[in-house]
Amino acid sequence: MAVPISYNIRNVRQRWQVTLLAIVGIAMVVAVFTVIMSMSEGFRLALRATGRDDNAIIVQRGSASELTSGVPLDQRNQIIVDDRVARGADGQPLASWDWVIVISAPKVTDGQPTNVTFRAVPPRAYEVRGGIEVVEGRKYTPGLDEVIVGRRLTDRIQGMHLGGTVKYQKKEFKIVGIFTNDGGAFESEIWGDYDVIGALFQRGPGSNSLVVRMKDPQDIPALDRWIRDQPQMQLQALSERKYYADQAGPTAGALKGLASLVAIIMGIGAVFGAMNTMYAIVAARTREIGTLRALGFSRTSILLSFMMESVFLAVIAGVLGCLLAFPMNGFSTGTGQTQSFSEIAFAFQITPPILTIGMLFAVVMGVVGGLLPAWRGARMPITTALREA
Amino acid sequence: MSAQLHPVARTADALVDVRNVVKTYKRDTQELTVLNGISLQVPEGEFVALMGPSGSGKTTLLNLVAGIDRPTSGQVIVAGTDVAKLSESELARWRSRSVGFIFQFYNLIPVLSAVENVELPLLLTSLGKRERRDRALTALKVVGLADRSSHYPRQLSGGQEQRVAIARAIVADPKVLVADEPTGDLDSRSAEEILALMETLNREFKKTIVMVTHDPRAADRAHTQHHLEKGVLAG
Ligand SMILES: Nc1ncnc2c1ncn2[C@@H]1O[C@H](COP(=O)(O)OP(=O)(O)OP(=O)(O)O)[C@@H](O)[C@H]1O
Ligand SMILES: [Mg+2]
Repeated sequence: MAVPISYNIRNVRQRWQVTLLAIVGIAMVVAVFTVIMSMSEGFRLALRATGRDDNAIIVQRGSASELTSGVPLDQRNQIIVDDRVARGADGQPLASWDWVIVISAPKVTDGQPTNVTFRAVPPRAYEVRGGIEVVEGRKYTPGLDEVIVGRRLTDRIQGMHLGGTVKYQKKEFKIVGIFTNDGGAFESEIWGDYDVIGALFQRGPGSNSLVVRMKDPQDIPALDRWIRDQPQMQLQALSERKYYADQAGPTAGALKGLASLVAIIMGIGAVFGAMNTMYAIVAARTREIGTLRALGFSRTSILLSFMMESVFLAVIAGVLGCLLAFPMNGFSTGTGQTQSFSEIAFAFQITPPILTIGMLFAVVMGVVGGLLPAWRGARMPITTALREA
Repeated sequence: MSAQLHPVARTADALVDVRNVVKTYKRDTQELTVLNGISLQVPEGEFVALMGPSGSGKTTLLNLVAGIDRPTSGQVIVAGTDVAKLSESELARWRSRSVGFIFQFYNLIPVLSAVENVELPLLLTSLGKRERRDRALTALKVVGLADRSSHYPRQLSGGQEQRVAIARAIVADPKVLVADEPTGDLDSRSAEEILALMETLNREFKKTIVMVTHDPRAADRAHTQHHLEKGVLAG
């Protein structure tokens, strides 16, 4: 027969201060763990959707980002007429060439300036780049001082709303549309007309990068080899999707690494914290354990009783931790993207797997925290247990 | 069932039969012989007091009789069962049926009410909920605390706590009661009540009682007194 559950329930209730301490400790860990995981997940999502597999991006060899790359006009014209490049319904090559600059704009939260990517694209960009959709307003009109802004900017940067303006070099651009990019990195950018804004950037007739739609994505390496064989070209061709993934790679990787590191450190700390609390809870009951065993209760039933108690506490703590973390779900924020010096906004994504992992985490802490001290109490000679204070 | 596992011939009609028991504790490299060849027979229905100076081994001997400790050598046979031969779990079951414990500091579970404390040993039986509660209340009636059944230990006086503990000790109807200084923490009036209660249990309920005590007045209530001196029985 088992130790009655009422024994555990009463213990939890009557020693509510220690109980609360244990619960809050574990809940905090689960909350932080969940938030970090969701941050990592949101970041992954934000970067995943950027670029298409069947697009090749042509940038300067050795350049770390689009910002420091240059594609001269004559070389661009040579590349886009390549046989491997797909053509649109109008028979023209499906190609987009962008100037990219970084402007400074005030954040909504504290008014502090942050970097935002301003991209000048030809009208073809809508067709070439994948997943661009204007969800509010309309596309910019070529030749006019109009821009569209990514949706993630709207709640992060001041003035980024339909009808607002973007200032650059004393010039004002009217925001005529808000666009999405399947959650991709372009959602954190401002897009304007290549001819209007490109001229303003004063970079001449080339572009920072060139993106072409491939007839067959398998041909990207071949295109790359061909480009590298042209002595005048200091360029290379890569898969567009891979390029943007690599751009964000170190940050995403670092964030994930950080998440695991913080989680591990906090986990260890919390396990010790929880164990300490549980240890104190059980140690205070060592004589009770001795008494129960003298009366004939088995070690197993006593161990089970204490395990149940600590797992029960851990589950409550886990749920509490998830609830604490939940307001962060969908919360948008940005992180300095190292290579391009501009912010990529991303939303915290609390997914069911993350919640599951958080709960598991809590239960493991409860089991580890409760088992060891209960084990000690059930293992020691009854006579010793009875003599403890 | 375990009682039948290791049947042993009883000497005369001794319910508790301690034969040549040696108990040594190892502390680091030192060996401490606490009981040095003790033999003691307690007939059924007896009320025995174990006396002796502090550290003479009284508690050690009582723990052996109660089956919460094992002798280094020798035999402890209680109600026909050689305690040392039982496995850990057999011993636990045996205790739950055969021994009632009365501790100096009562050892009640603080979060359980009086009646719940008394009911604890019955959780190890096959009795139903209703039956358990009835028996626990009956045991409380025997110790005169029927009106305190829903009180928690902290709401009871020391004497009352010890009476609840005694109710817990008798509720499963064991043959032997072991008591380690049951009045050691009580004032003389409460001690008197507890001793009177134990006498009643011995006389009317035929409980065999082995009691360790320092108190000569308590020992006087017993039929027999044994004196331990440095691990051996003296008179
Ligand atoms: N688990 C143990 N490990 C080592 N030594 C022990 C242990 N239990 C008891 N002893 C020693 O055995 C001796 C006898 O202890 P015991 O508790 O039986 O004495 P006692 O007669 O009950 O004394 P008191 O009247 O003070 O309760 C003491 O010297 C004690 O230190
Ligand atoms: Mg003692």
